[in-house]
Amino acid sequence: MTAPVTAGRRPAQRSRWLVLGLGVVGAVVLLGAPALLTESDYTLRLMTMALVYAIATYGMNVILGFTGQLSLAHAGFFGIGAYVTGILTVDHDWSFWAAFVVSVVVTAVTGFLAGLLALRTKQEYFAIYTMATGFIVYLVISRWSDVTHGQQGLIGVKLPEGGDLVDFAEPSAMYYLCLAFLAVAVYATWAIRRSTVGRTLIAIRTSEDLAKSIGVNVGLNKQLAFAASTTIAGTAGALYATTMGFIGPSVSSVNMTFEMLMFLLIGGMGTVFGPIIGTFLVVFLFELMQDFQAYRFLVIGPVIVALVIFAPRGIAGYFQKVVARFVDAPSEATTKTVKTRTGEGDGVVPAQRAAVPPALTKEAR
Amino acid sequence: MDLFLQQLVNGLALGGVYCLAAVGLSLVFGVLRIPNLAHGALYMRGAYGTYYAMTALGVPYVAPIGIAAVVLAAVGVGMERLIFHPLRNSPHTHHMIAAIGAMFFFQSLIQAIWGADFRQMPSPISGTLSLAGAQISWQRIVIIVAAVAILALLAVFMKRSVHGQSIEAIEQDRTGASLVGINPDRVSMLTLGLAAALAAVAAGLVAPLNLLSPTMGAALDMKVFAIIILGGLGSLPGAIVGGFVLGIAEAMASTYISTGVSEAIAFVLLVGVLAIRPTGLFSPAVSR
Repeated sequence: MTAPVTAGRRPAQRSRWLVLGLGVVGAVVLLGAPALLTESDYTLRLMTMALVYAIATYGMNVILGFTGQLSLAHAGFFGIGAYVTGILTVDHDWSFWAAFVVSVVVTAVTGFLAGLLALRTKQEYFAIYTMATGFIVYLVISRWSDVTHGQQGLIGVKLPEGGDLVDFAEPSAMYYLCLAFLAVAVYATWAIRRSTVGRTLIAIRTSEDLAKSIGVNVGLNKQLAFAASTTIAGTAGALYATTMGFIGPSVSSVNMTFEMLMFLLIGGMGTVFGPIIGTFLVVFLFELMQDFQAYRFLVIGPVIVALVIFAPRGIAGYFQKVVARFVDAPSEATTKTVKTRTGEGDGVVPAQRAAVPPALTKEAR
Repeated sequence: MDLFLQQLVNGLALGGVYCLAAVGLSLVFGVLRIPNLAHGALYMRGAYGTYYAMTALGVPYVAPIGIAAVVLAAVGVGMERLIFHPLRNSPHTHHMIAAIGAMFFFQSLIQAIWGADFRQMPSPISGTLSLAGAQISWQRIVIIVAAVAILALLAVFMKRSVHGQSIEAIEQDRTGASLVGINPDRVSMLTLGLAAALAAVAAGLVAPLNLLSPTMGAALDMKVFAIIILGGLGSLPGAIVGGFVLGIAEAMASTYISTGVSEAIAFVLLVGVLAIRPTGLFSPAVSR
């Protein structure tokens, strides 16, 4: 943690310790979960699924949270990742790891190519364009039965090969595998967020024209952010396929994109821990509300609307704001309040450290 | 030839429905500058509203559509007040996300009331018309006539009435229009109400031919978006031409190629057009 600090050293350090502490608590809980849940394979599987969704949500965070482009093709690439792994391991008897690598490469390449066309469009056109792209992926997967088995889906996707070291038939092994990938995603997000790349993307989100005027290559950066998001989606898709063992066309449906969007929105767009918080919260809330499956969106729908209106940066963003308010006040007495009030967030650090001119860091909320 | 004629009529009927839905979406885009992703959900509610008024209240056919249109107009106004008005100064992504939230809400509301199963609405107008060897159901003829009549009325409303002209003024220049005394809030409410009512009429007209389900709006959403992008976001004549073109193209493709192709036409068209012209086919060259 030797980041350059240009302003507000003390508050930044204080909130950094806070975040570090909370991060450690979160990591311990996630790492220890299998030990606590030896009795309940079901809960562990549910948590594994939540990890996979969280990874995919991190992908969406890159393009929507940082860059401010609403891509509705996300589940399409999630589906491509899942189906490449599924088809190669089931129908062509590839090993999981080989198929996994191909999945990642395929989603990176298709994402890059799709981005070349999609990013010519802007704003609402981009959202509509990507929604159509995602729907075409869904149509291809559900109709091209010769290859994808259509509506029947693929059964018996291979588990990862662990050699003599790990047996991935063990739910806890799968869990740790997904957790490892999630850790990479979190670290990458954190690293991007504090790097020039992250600031560039945030500048694009705030205003493309302004970013252009200070010499940012908007096209290239958007292109890279889009490809990164599809690659992460594809990785998550491949993990989904092997974790579930079964995949159907619905993994690539537009509704899946909407669900990931909801995870991201509730957790906090453009934050480091938002996707994990949002995903786990919603997945477990849904689990609790299983008895009224049909009605859950009666609650969730208005919650989404209210969040967008009142707390557009989600839970993580909201706490970030609270922390910022208290940490900025120099009095020692307030520090205690901060510790009890905060849940997550990378504090006020990025906002204060931003290299772009003040006009750009000020969020147009 | 019989088959061709039959499919032409089917395509025109389908196109009429698309037009009514697309015109509303296009108006909303013109005035509020947002693609309302919940438009399909409004259409779906219109279908269920018609269904309810017809089966439970037992009123004859034209009245249920009217009831559904009035109810949906109120829903549209409510949406403007509760969702889009508070977000008027937010980044554009937030409107779309809020609209998705509204869509989820509408879908599960309908599912909670009527269940997720498909429902069949009894056909109020039965019988077919034999025309040059083709069998054409009266329902489709009613749809075409009604759609054309409503579109004509809408054109008169837009061009001749003060309200219509104020909608157009806001579309052209929001600030300028408010300077000359047009209340943009009122126009926004009027537009969303009108759009929701048009969607309800479209749904009510086609409901006897299709099955009803809470997710029926999702597929329509994509198609009407394709239409208004094809015709230029915010352009009414564009939406009308685009609606009929897509309807006929789908009907023809399903007979002469395959149903899968007919389903995909809208999306392929959408992706193709935007790949060549990122701001739509008939949009002005200058970006706003």
